[in-house]
Amino acid sequence: MKKVIMVTLLLILALPMSLQAQDVVELTMGSWRTEDIEQWANILEVFHAAHPEIHVNFEPTLNTEYDAQLTNQLAGGVGPDLITCRPFDRALLNYQAGGMANISDLPGLENFSDVALGAWSTDDGAETYCVPMASVIHGFIYNKTLFDELGLEAPTTESEFFAVLDALLEAGETPLGISTKDQWTTATMGFNNLWPNFCNGEETRQAILAGEAKFTDECFIDVLESLAAWAPYLPAGHESIGYADAQQTFPLGLTAIYPSGSWEIPLFNDLADFEMGAFKPYLPDDKDPSECSISDHVDIAIGMNANTEHPEEARIFLEWLTTADFAQVFSDNQPGFFSLSTHPVELSDPLAAEFVSWREDCTETIRMFDQFLSRGEPGGNQLMNENINVMIQGGVTPQEAADNIQAGLDDWYYSED
Amino acid sequence: MRSNNIRPPWHVLVAFIVPALIIYTVFMVYPLFDSMRLALYQQQADGSQVWVGLENFIRLFNDERTTDFDIRFINALLHTFIFFAIFMLVQNPMGLFLAGLLSIKGLRGAAVYRSILFVPTTMSIVIVGWIWTLMLNPLWGIVSDIVAGVGLESIIPKAGWLGDPNTALPVVTLVGVWQYIGMPMILFLASLIGIDDDLIEAAKVDGATGWDIFWRIKFPLVLPTAGVVAVLTFTANFVAFDNVFVMQGTQAGPSFATDILGTYFYRVTFGGASLLPNTSMGATIATMIFFIILIGVLFYLFILRPRLIRD
Repeated sequence: MKKVIMVTLLLILALPMSLQAQDVVELTMGSWRTEDIEQWANILEVFHAAHPEIHVNFEPTLNTEYDAQLTNQLAGGVGPDLITCRPFDRALLNYQAGGMANISDLPGLENFSDVALGAWSTDDGAETYCVPMASVIHGFIYNKTLFDELGLEAPTTESEFFAVLDALLEAGETPLGISTKDQWTTATMGFNNLWPNFCNGEETRQAILAGEAKFTDECFIDVLESLAAWAPYLPAGHESIGYADAQQTFPLGLTAIYPSGSWEIPLFNDLADFEMGAFKPYLPDDKDPSECSISDHVDIAIGMNANTEHPEEARIFLEWLTTADFAQVFSDNQPGFFSLSTHPVELSDPLAAEFVSWREDCTETIRMFDQFLSRGEPGGNQLMNENINVMIQGGVTPQEAADNIQAGLDDWYYSED
Repeated sequence: MRSNNIRPPWHVLVAFIVPALIIYTVFMVYPLFDSMRLALYQQQADGSQVWVGLENFIRLFNDERTTDFDIRFINALLHTFIFFAIFMLVQNPMGLFLAGLLSIKGLRGAAVYRSILFVPTTMSIVIVGWIWTLMLNPLWGIVSDIVAGVGLESIIPKAGWLGDPNTALPVVTLVGVWQYIGMPMILFLASLIGIDDDLIEAAKVDGATGWDIFWRIKFPLVLPTAGVVAVLTFTANFVAFDNVFVMQGTQAGPSFATDILGTYFYRVTFGGASLLPNTSMGATIATMIFFIILIGVLFYLFILRPRLIRD
């Protein structure tokens, strides 16, 4: 009797092992988008139907820890098979360290513009290491239902913006939904929203890269002063509220305006039960509206781990990312992430359509510190994160913040010129 | 008559020690010295090492570049001492007090209390940190409500418990104290139970009160354990990382107010959201941590312990 039980148990244990002996290749996909688990499940369903022999597992990591974790995993020769790539410097450093595979010969890359590929290629453009996926547009998302109730209109200039904030404060609402516990938030979603309009968009960014403009110039001081003036309109205790919590406050109706970008749309669509609108980042009072500029940032791509055990299957997935099928299913599930491929895509989400419409009114640029300025120590993004957050908390003045950022870059970027 | 103290032949002694010695050397001694060696080099972008001598160590105390390694290091060092001080002044005396209560003869339900007090130590620090962060959240946490409820509303910081640079570190430390109080409690309890009952009986006969018994009999006999607990706390605190990591992340906000040596080391070595990894400076910080702990432990072994042990 004991023997019968033993044999039965062994057979039961052997069963899953024999199932695994089938040829389903498991790939892991790393990402910083913890908000997208459901959306990617839908997108991957389409892929799994087309390629039943491959199974991709979407395994995101907390966004503040993703970059450090990825760099170290790649340095150790491990890490996910498919890697969600940050644009420009951060992914370039991982590629140069040998962690990511060269996919320049991937069929389908011709479906992307040079601008898109440039964010994920070496400086000479010769080697590409990630398939571009989407760009995002910065802006302010607001509670349209609340605005209509209070008779407020979306602001276009700086004084209109602060007038709206004051009106919201008087009505007992928390005007702005941005928080300062996670260092990067006010920098990425405050500074990067405003500087293109206060300065001259892409022209200014190129001037900074060439050393012809400085962060201590007047337009940047104006941006920082405007940003510092946001402080009274932030939620109480914003120094202890992290990004994930702040993302919850807006759709819950606890805050009225959410300075951010189109990447929040999938999450807010899920959670908000009121009508949402979006307005472009505001212009300084004396600027002509036709000279507006938006941050249309090539944000996200997917590449391949150089040390993956399944390179062929990973390449099949990457090739699928270049198709029109993927572009459509991605846009359907991730409104707010605008596909970088040249395939025409139908946008059904009204909020996403609003963001995209700004491309017709304004010139475009990208986030200030992502290209070239974050390759050394102290990196531009790090300087921005550390100083702008502290400035809003009242720790440094706008002038001091600008001086610190300029001094940090003078130390390595400008001294090499 | 043969004494029982004949020493085994030397090769028997060696055969018993060598396996553990090999494992210890390969996994602990060698990496330690190699890290110290790495601190004398600066790793380049392509992985090669360039000899810089003591320059990294000098940078920890006086960084002329804008990377501010010196400011962050002194900051982290100071915070680690505060972290340690709170543990020594709050956790260990409370652990002793609780052990004192639990060691009372005939205490009903002593085993139950002991288990309850020890359970947090067995819990995952990630869960403990996460739940406490939720409770301390200004938007939907209950700690602020409770504090206001007992009338102490004025001490609630405007920026939130974890957002105010003055309260963030003590709060994170106290969560650690809450979780780990079972450890010194158990150690002290074992020591208290080991005290001979005859001593206590004799003292009672001589007319000693409970308080007298505690201070003049139990406490002196518990001092060696207090020394052990102190040095264990010291070592654990100076390499602490999880406590801050689960609540504030590696950025150790607000404005590095909760930055301790462990998080500073992690951030420098592995990089942060925008910080590039710098393994050479990381090795330097690790070496400094090692020396600090070494000094503390040597102090305990050669100065404190001889005075605590009654012969």
